[in-house]
Amino acid sequence: MALDRRLIGFVGIAVVAAVPFLPIPPFWITLLNNIGLASLVAIGLVLLTGVGGMTSFGQAALVGFGAYTTAVLTTAYGFSPWATLPLSLLAGALVALPLGLITVRLSGHFLPLGTIAWGLALYYLFGQIQLFGRYDGITAIPPLELAGHRFFSSGSIYYVIWGCVIAVAIGARNLLDSRVGRSLRALRGGTQAAEAFGVDIVRAKLTVFVLAGVLAALSGWLYAHMQRSVNPTPFGLNMGIEYLLMAVVGGAGHVWGAIFGASLVLILKDLLQRFLPDLVGITGNFEMIVFGILLVAILQFSRDGLWPLILRALPARKRRPLPKADGALGRRKLAPEGTTLVKLEAARKTFGGLVAVNDVSFDVKAGQIVGLIGPNGAGKSTTFNLITAISPLSGGKVIFGDATASAKSPREVARHGIARTFQHAKVLPEMTVLENVALGAHLRGRSGVVRSVLRLDRAEEAILLAEAETQIARVGLADYRDRPAGDLALGQIRILEIARALSLDPALLLLDEPAAGLRHGEKQELAELLKKLRAEGVGVLLVEHDMSFVMGLVDHLVVLDFGTKIAEGNPAEVRRHPAVVSAYLGGVS
Amino acid sequence: MEFTILAFLVQDGVTNGAIYALLGLALVLVFAVTRVIFIPQGEFVAYGALTLAFLDVGRMPGTAMLLVVFGIAAFLFDLVETRLRPGLPALARSAAINLVLPFAIYTAALFIVPTEPNAFVKALLTIVIVAPMGLYVYRIAYRPLSDATVLVLLITSVGVHLAMMGLGLAFFGAEGFRARPLTAGSFSVGFMPVAAQAVWIYGVTIAAMVGLYFFFEKTLLGKALRATAVNRLGARLVGVRTQLTGGTAFVLAATIGAVSGVLIAPITTVYYDTGFLIGLKGFVAAIIAGLSSFPVTALAAIGVGLVEALASFYASNFKEIIVFTLIIPVLIWRSLTTDHHEDD
Repeated sequence: MALDRRLIGFVGIAVVAAVPFLPIPPFWITLLNNIGLASLVAIGLVLLTGVGGMTSFGQAALVGFGAYTTAVLTTAYGFSPWATLPLSLLAGALVALPLGLITVRLSGHFLPLGTIAWGLALYYLFGQIQLFGRYDGITAIPPLELAGHRFFSSGSIYYVIWGCVIAVAIGARNLLDSRVGRSLRALRGGTQAAEAFGVDIVRAKLTVFVLAGVLAALSGWLYAHMQRSVNPTPFGLNMGIEYLLMAVVGGAGHVWGAIFGASLVLILKDLLQRFLPDLVGITGNFEMIVFGILLVAILQFSRDGLWPLILRALPARKRRPLPKADGALGRRKLAPEGTTLVKLEAARKTFGGLVAVNDVSFDVKAGQIVGLIGPNGAGKSTTFNLITAISPLSGGKVIFGDATASAKSPREVARHGIARTFQHAKVLPEMTVLENVALGAHLRGRSGVVRSVLRLDRAEEAILLAEAETQIARVGLADYRDRPAGDLALGQIRILEIARALSLDPALLLLDEPAAGLRHGEKQELAELLKKLRAEGVGVLLVEHDMSFVMGLVDHLVVLDFGTKIAEGNPAEVRRHPAVVSAYLGGVS
Repeated sequence: MEFTILAFLVQDGVTNGAIYALLGLALVLVFAVTRVIFIPQGEFVAYGALTLAFLDVGRMPGTAMLLVVFGIAAFLFDLVETRLRPGLPALARSAAINLVLPFAIYTAALFIVPTEPNAFVKALLTIVIVAPMGLYVYRIAYRPLSDATVLVLLITSVGVHLAMMGLGLAFFGAEGFRARPLTAGSFSVGFMPVAAQAVWIYGVTIAAMVGLYFFFEKTLLGKALRATAVNRLGARLVGVRTQLTGGTAFVLAATIGAVSGVLIAPITTVYYDTGFLIGLKGFVAAIIAGLSSFPVTALAAIGVGLVEALASFYASNFKEIIVFTLIIPVLIWRSLTTDHHEDD
């Protein structure tokens, strides 16, 4: 295809670079500068809201910290503007960190309400601090200077601003397309799956929160040196709402959408401010009427924003050939056959007076497939949740390998080399099959945020993706590699979850009803795969309803009824066990 | 002397707290029934106060025209929705609610305004103009999104807040107004003078709470609202029309907003954007009560009023900062104690 997206990107950058040379009125340049500044904040919001799933109305206050830091240091303490850049960014990070520590613990709708609260409080605070010049603000901030050239004109600072915007946008895209990026993108689709593969959720949320804060501070720093004066007004809640509007208009998940959203909102604002007062007959910020209606309309008619509509008009992205992996991931040295991988000792779970799991003990050994069966309500899923540390034990122990204590969190379980699937499949529908599976290999990579942004992670990333592709091929989903996981049928999604679990290179595989929703042929293939894993020395524990599937596959069966283990043994024994017969078929008591 | 100041501050705090309590009640009501975090609640307060102030000076309030515009928009939404299965009765009902009602109110206002009616007629007219807006706002902004997440509904609320605040600016201008009290004068309790308006505020707040109690406990519609609050799908399955309960909740909220506006208009100068901050303080109270309990909301609101009154005396510059920072530990506590399950 002659027109690919990369080319469009280069043309776009060339156009941006050429703008100041075009014969256009100077206020257009000013408008473009403002768009650039807002884009930086909006890209931060895309990371925070669109990717991380945390809605913030308080970003404007963080812009304020960036702006005030440089304003105070350059005017009162004689710092050079460039020297304050790292300090401004640091201020953004230092303010975002405690705010984030508080905010990311807020659940659901409490989180945005919290951002409204601190957004307002900080705005009033700016107006009260003597050092910040109260509501009058700070004036006579020096302009940026480089090799004797002072960036006075809006045409010259234009390059600084848009240089930052483009660098930040590319960096953000790099970040999202990496090991860390996958863990961040997993935040929005529910955190259970990511946590089960070793992602530290609180840390991931804090990471995006601080990144968004730093981007806001960068915007503030640039603003202070462009405007050369600051006061609290642009850092209030209304501006915070406007930033969020930009992200929503653009489509909260898209980095380039943020720039698009910022452009649309600010151009619209400029037009409305020029024409609306004439229409109404008095002056005032009437654009807020239109913005309010626009926000509601987008949520009603195009909840993913407008950018996806534009993307649809662009040529489709080509199927990406995987980068050549230089090497392969080290494999776990599996324990010799017969070693105990997990041991339940009188595991117990009570909900109030109800005993859901009543002192259940059993173990799973390497090279063994164990089935956990029982009628509905027998406590199979609760037992499964105890093993995977999704819910805490009320009593007893679940010991992995040679550990001495029960695991405290799903993350710790993953670090023991234990991978799982979910009864209600938890995949990230917008991510591709490849990316979903690569999330499973999270713990097998090391690269952090900085390496990802600078693309120093490529060698490792290639290896991780190659591993994911291997597992996809192994379960037979190779044809779907680059499709969004949401396109797959339910049975395929279950298979995808198994590939993701295999990417962890597990010593023990925990499968929650893996055969549900699978066709006959798929079940047979799954059984073959599990047998192969058993032969390699992997331990498998499966909760399953499909008796024919279980009976032909497992070495050992554990039967629960009303939370209590009623029988244990090989399939033939269990089938004849009177308690089992009575539990399944009803007995005469 | 110190005691006198404290007594005044407490009175001030309780008076404001009573208003926050009214708004907090409305917020809890709307959230429980529709899962909407109703940020525009404060705009109804401003609309109510400014409408009354305009009526006081014999001017036609812009909200009357706004009501007609909202009605037409709601009718258009109905029209677009029913186009697929046009039915005359549905259309007639929509026209009655969305076109005839606001137009009738507008016409009534046209006749009443020049007659310089007494304070109670003006207050009543104000409430009649503002209250139906709740229904139209629900119809236009929220009903199409009734299946959306709380988060999307919250962002919608912010949009509605922006639009309504801007409309307030367009219709009332940037100037602040103060209305005449319902009954002028004051009397003294011991050494302390109490304004008659303050007594109105306490009375109405208590009446509203008792009224809401009877509404929810004794009437079928009230029970339907409660059922919707507990389980939306379940309520639908037993025949509750959740759109009706949603609309009812919003009309109640708008009514409470308008009443609050009428009550505060004589004691403070109200600008087009004053409502937002007042509403947010009602929010602080509603959130302390976990957006679920009416009595706890009322108590918390009095507490917010007292904190604000004391802060305005001891650290007046930091009043807003203190009140809004107050919410953050509460939010943390709520997050930790609220059992939230991951949506499957």
